[in-house]
Formats: sequence, C-alpha cells, structure tokens
Amino acid sequence: MSEIANTSSQSAQVAPPPGSLWHHFENLEHQNEATTLGMWVFLATELLIFGALFAGYAAYRSWYPAAFEAASGRLNLLIGGINTVVLLTSSLTMVLAVRAAQLGSLRALVTLLILTSLLGTVFLALKAVEYYTDYLDNLVPGLAFNPEEWRQVHVNPAHVQLFLVFYYVMTGLHAVHLTFGIVIMAVLAVMAWRRAFTPEHHTAVEMWGLYWHFVDIVWIFLLPLLYLIATRKTLM
Amino acid sequence: MSTLTAPFRPQALATPPPEPKANYLNVSYGVKSWLLTTDHKRIALLYLVSVTLMFFVGGAAATLIRVNLLTPAGSLVTADTYNKLFSAHGIIMVFFFLVPVVPTVLGNFLLPMMIGARDLAFPRLNLLSWYAYMAGATLILWVIFSGGVDTGWTFYTPFSSKSSHASVIPAMLAIVIGGFSGIFTGLNFVVTVHRLRAPGLTWFRLPLFVWSLYATSIILLLATPVLAMTLILVAVERVWGIGIFDPALGGDPLLFQHLFWFYSHPAVYIMILPGMGIVSEIIPCFSRKNIFGYKFVAFASIGIAVLGFLVWAHHMFVAGQSRFAAMIFSFLSYLVAVPSAIKVFNWTATLYKGSITYHTPMLFALGFIGLFTLGGLTGLMLAALGLNVHVHDTYFIIAHFHFIMVGGMVMAYMAGLHYWWPKITGRLYPEGWGRLAALIVFIGFILTFSPQFVLGYLGMPRRYHAYAQEFQVLNVLSTAGASILAVGYLLPLIYLIWSLRYGKKAGDNPWDATGLEWQSPSPPPPDNFAEPPVVTCGPYEYALGPGVRSQESGVKIPETEVHNV
Repeated sequence: MSEIANTSSQSAQVAPPPGSLWHHFENLEHQNEATTLGMWVFLATELLIFGALFAGYAAYRSWYPAAFEAASGRLNLLIGGINTVVLLTSSLTMVLAVRAAQLGSLRALVTLLILTSLLGTVFLALKAVEYYTDYLDNLVPGLAFNPEEWRQVHVNPAHVQLFLVFYYVMTGLHAVHLTFGIVIMAVLAVMAWRRAFTPEHHTAVEMWGLYWHFVDIVWIFLLPLLYLIATRKTLM
Repeated sequence: MSTLTAPFRPQALATPPPEPKANYLNVSYGVKSWLLTTDHKRIALLYLVSVTLMFFVGGAAATLIRVNLLTPAGSLVTADTYNKLFSAHGIIMVFFFLVPVVPTVLGNFLLPMMIGARDLAFPRLNLLSWYAYMAGATLILWVIFSGGVDTGWTFYTPFSSKSSHASVIPAMLAIVIGGFSGIFTGLNFVVTVHRLRAPGLTWFRLPLFVWSLYATSIILLLATPVLAMTLILVAVERVWGIGIFDPALGGDPLLFQHLFWFYSHPAVYIMILPGMGIVSEIIPCFSRKNIFGYKFVAFASIGIAVLGFLVWAHHMFVAGQSRFAAMIFSFLSYLVAVPSAIKVFNWTATLYKGSITYHTPMLFALGFIGLFTLGGLTGLMLAALGLNVHVHDTYFIIAHFHFIMVGGMVMAYMAGLHYWWPKITGRLYPEGWGRLAALIVFIGFILTFSPQFVLGYLGMPRRYHAYAQEFQVLNVLSTAGASILAVGYLLPLIYLIWSLRYGKKAGDNPWDATGLEWQSPSPPPPDNFAEPPVVTCGPYEYALGPGVRSQESGVKIPETEVHNV
C-alpha cells in the first residue's frame, strides 16, 4: 500500500481549534500543506503580472537607453534607499513572526505582526512623500512635466515619459500589493491576539508571510531597474 | 432501461447500497443556500446558468451578424453597429463562454468527484470566483447594451488606446475581473489535484479529463495575469495620454500584440484542452475499451500546455516582426500540432474493434474528432508563412478557429453536458431528441463554416459589414447554416430543462462507466461519497467492468489484473 496518497498521518493528532479544519481535509497537516501550496501557486500568477511590466520595461529600455538613464537619474534615490531598508527590515520582522508562531509565543507574535504592518505603512508614507517630490521636480507626465528641460540635454521627452509611466505603474502596483499586505498583517495581529494560532495551527501566518516576502522581492528588483541605472552625482 | 450492457457486471453491484436521503440539491433550500454555497456542485450549477445565459447573448450577436451578411450591402445594421456586434460576439464568447465553460461547469462538478475528494481545496475561493465572473459578466453586458465597444475582442492598439470613442476601459475592466475568476479556478484545481486525490489514485490512474483540466489550469495561471496587465497598460494610455503603445510617442503597437497574444494564444488551449479531456472520457465509455495509449494522451495535454506558450507570434506574421522570428514561430506552430495529432490518433485507435454505441454524447464526441481535425489541419496551413500572408485576416481564419472553437469545443461541451447530465441532475435527457440535436448541430455547423473557408480563400476580409457581389451565394449558405445551428442549440436548452421534471430517473451509473464519479448516487450527496473511495486500478478498465475502481464495491481484484495505467 505504498502508493496510498500522503494524506494519512500516523502521528498523534493535536485536536484542532474548533472550526479550523474544513470537512474535506483529513487533518490540519493535510489542510496546511494544501493552503501553503495554494499561496505558492498564487505567487506564480503574481510573478506573471509583474512579468508583463518587466517585459515592457526591458523592450523600451533597450531601445531608449539614454532617455531611461537620464530619467532614472532624477528619481529620489535617498527615499528609495531608505524605503529599501524599511522593507527589508519588515521582512525580518515577518520571518521572526513566523518563528514566534511556531514557538507559540503569543506576545512576540502580535508585536512582530504589528511591527511588520507598521513598517509597511512607513514605506507607503515615504513613497507618498517621494511621489510628491517627483511632482515638484516636474516628473509627472500630464500633470507636471517640462519637455523643454529634456530637449536641452538631448533626450526625447516622449521616451522619458515612457520610463516614468513604467516607474509609476510598477511602483503603483507594488504599493497596491503592499497595502493589501498591511491590512492582512493587521487582521492576523488581531487574530493572534484572540488566540487563533497555535504552534500546530498557524498556516495563515506562514502563507501570508510568503506573500509579504514576495512583495519585498519585487521591490528588490524594482530598486536597481528604476533607481540605479543612472550615473549619479546626487541622491535626490 | 439502458440498452448498454457491460461485458460483465460485478455481482456485488446487484445489491446496491441503500439510497442516502439527502443529495446536494435537496439538502437545503432558499436563495441564500445557493448564493452563499461552498459546495463545488452547487457552484457548478450557478456557473451553468450564468455561462448559458452568456452563450445565448453572444449567439444573438452572431445571429445579427449573419443576418446582416445576407446581402452584399449589409443592409441590416450600420457599419458602426456591425463593429460593435462582432466585438460583443467575440468578447462574450471568448472571455465569458469558451474560456470558463468547461472548467467552471463540468470541471467544478466533476474534478473532486473524479479524484474521490469531498470538495475542491478552497471552497470559498471557488465561490469568490463565481462572483468575480458575475461582476465581469454584468459589467460587459452593461457596456454592450449601453452603447457597445468597437475594438474587436483583440483590443488592438492604437485604435483601442487612441481612436475608439466607445467604452473601452469598462470593457477591459470586465475582462480583467472575469480573468481573476479563471485564475481562482485554476489555482483551486492545481492544489486539489496535488493534495486531494483519494488513496491509491496515483497520477497515472487519474482520468484524462483531470489531466486536461490540470494542464488548462497551468495556462490559466500563467497567461491570464499577462493579459490583465496588458489591458491595464492600454487603460493607462487612454487615461493618461502617454504613448505606451503609440508609435508617434515612441511606443510600440507590436509590443501590445506580443503581450496580448502571449495570453490569447495559450487561451486557445485553455478553451480546447478541457474539450479534449471530455472526449477522452466518452470515447472509451461508448467503445467499452480502455483508452489507447493513456500516457501519450496525458502527456499530450502537458505538451500542448507548454508548447502553446511558445507560438503566440504566429498571429503577427504580417505585422512586421523579423523574418527569423517568423520562421521560428512558424516551426513551433507546426510542432504544437504533434500532441494534438497524438490525441486524435489515440481516440481513433480506441474506437478500433470497440463495441460502439451511438448515444448522444458519443455522437457529439465523434463530431468533435472530425471537426477538430479539420480545424487543426487548416491551422497548419495558417502556420505556413507564405499561405498565411494570402489568407491573413480573411474568412479563412474565421472558419479555421470556429472549426476548433465551435466544431471542437462547443461540441465537446455538449457531449460532456449530456454524458454527465444524469449525474448532475439525477435525470436522463430524452435520448431521441438528443441524437436529433447532435445531428442538427453537426449539419448546421458544416453548412455555416465550410463556405467561409472558400470565402476567405477567395479573399473576403473579416470584420467588414459589406462585401463584394460575388461572395453573396456563399454568405447566404453560411447564414442558412447558422439558422440550423441555432435550432441545434435551442433544442437541448428546451429538452434538458424539460428533463429536470419529466426525465426518467437516471440511476447511479446509466452508462456503466468506470469513473469514480459514477460510484456515487445521482445526484450525489453533499459530501460526494459516503466513504472515501480507495482506488486500485486505472480509470478506463472496461474489460473488468464498472465499479471495480473502489473498494466500496467489494470486488477483489487479483494482483495480476491491477494495472497501473
């Protein structure tokens, strides 16, 4: 009977918290595996959502390298850099939260989830400030944009606008994902506070942790592609 | 009651288990019990109603198109209305009928039952997917009835991004929302197949319908997000006026076409793969034989899913891509015909020396094989670079993909709907009417679309509301065929609804089929199986007789007869 699927578990079962085991799974372990796999599959989809943008970015950057470099040099690397640190720190607090859930230390779990959520909020706030400085710097096509200043440095303003639209759509989509993650973290914190998680049953923390790390990793790719392709003299 | 008899019936089946009182239909009543259900079988029925509605709306648009083309002047509607009609037809049929129909209706109902599970892995996500579908469908219907959209289902730039004055953004939003419904379904199916198979149900004991749904899900998951992002970029361009796809502003309309077809060519396989899966179930059942070359058919599904991602630019042979790119895409397009041909040959070989009965599902399935083969072979003609230039954007293309989509996919869906109707509803459809409908659909289809091959080859371009005088005879033939086809589609709508009340009781397994889904009562209980089944052999052991797949039946199978295939 070695072919019998991996669903039966010999290990002694800890009684699941009431209402946490759906009727079509054999036990919590089975359910947790399925849920985590579901998140991985979802992340594959997410990869392709951003993938379309990366493909478009790659096409236009290979055609208009000068315009992309010039426009990239005008982005606010100081805020972009600080935000990178903020987001990486939030990944650390996230992974510590998963650890706390495994160990069953309730107070640490709640604190770390709130901290993760807060760091995400700090990122968004800084991002909003950055968008505003971009606006002041005439970097918002259609709203505040000066084609003349780009012609003076022999760059086609239309191509600069292409870079900028990818900058706004990519960072915007990233921000939407982050907003979603912040709300999820807050909900998880409340759930943890109400003792919804045990060392045996905390898949929600693990699986949304995967999501959080994915959003961070996207940023790790956005930073060099958007901010670091120019030779700079200043950070801002 | 059925004229079918198996080679032998296991004796254990002579004393059927007592009928469970509750089934999924009568376990609870009321609007709320349906709109908030998480039972995959009920969600499948919700989808059945909504998808059928969309099919007839899209069909109404097609009817108006065909009536307009009766005369060379196109006297029924104006050119502008005609543009909106074919756009409505294409958008509804592709995004709201062909892509979702088999996975969400038959797949939702059958996938858990075929693998011996109680439900899909994520029942609430399944319900959410229906709501996403309904939101998208409602929005697109609103767009169409409040003025329409005139871009065609392809939304080519720069027309869609700059020139069109129609409600392009709401239409694209509807498709994006509907797309998420497909992503949720695909995610659910992948996890379910991985994690919820019954004990003993190894990958190579899975029914081929499950394999094809698995391959479909992978495409849904990896292609749909690209379409969503592409349409969002077009919307950004329309709102913001930045030339993402506008050559005057440095953008590239070809980039749009690349991104669009990166979804929309694999989407063709989203549409046809589940149909192939249905046929792979029906052919063995009505030939009373194991499928020929199980592993080849299973891997052909995966092969199609993989190769399908690598052929998208064969839609762009005249759009100005490099000659080498065109040659590579032409070659790869030939290659994708190989797994499809493997399937056709294996179905044919399954029929060979089978004891064949011509029930309605079998008639539709045989129709599928013939029409799909014709559609596939003309696809090869289109993959040839030289010939493609001659027939590009003509009615030849229209005929080709309708042979695949209507002659193939819709036929397969009808086959599956009739085949599993007794399981879904507990009632038999009227067999005589069913056979008549299959015949009418086949004849109507041939008459509608065969003339279009000739029209296209003679040079009649697609998407024009008027045409040259010499094309009229063939167009009248095509419209005549379309009206026969319409009868063929309305007939099942009537007798299937009729059968809900007046049809004969079906019994658990009217076809003496071997699938796990047939070992559950019809209609199935809310949890699908009284006891989780244990699987001991492959899915099409017609030589052993029905009911041997599960330990429940009490039949002991000698070790030597337990096949892994």
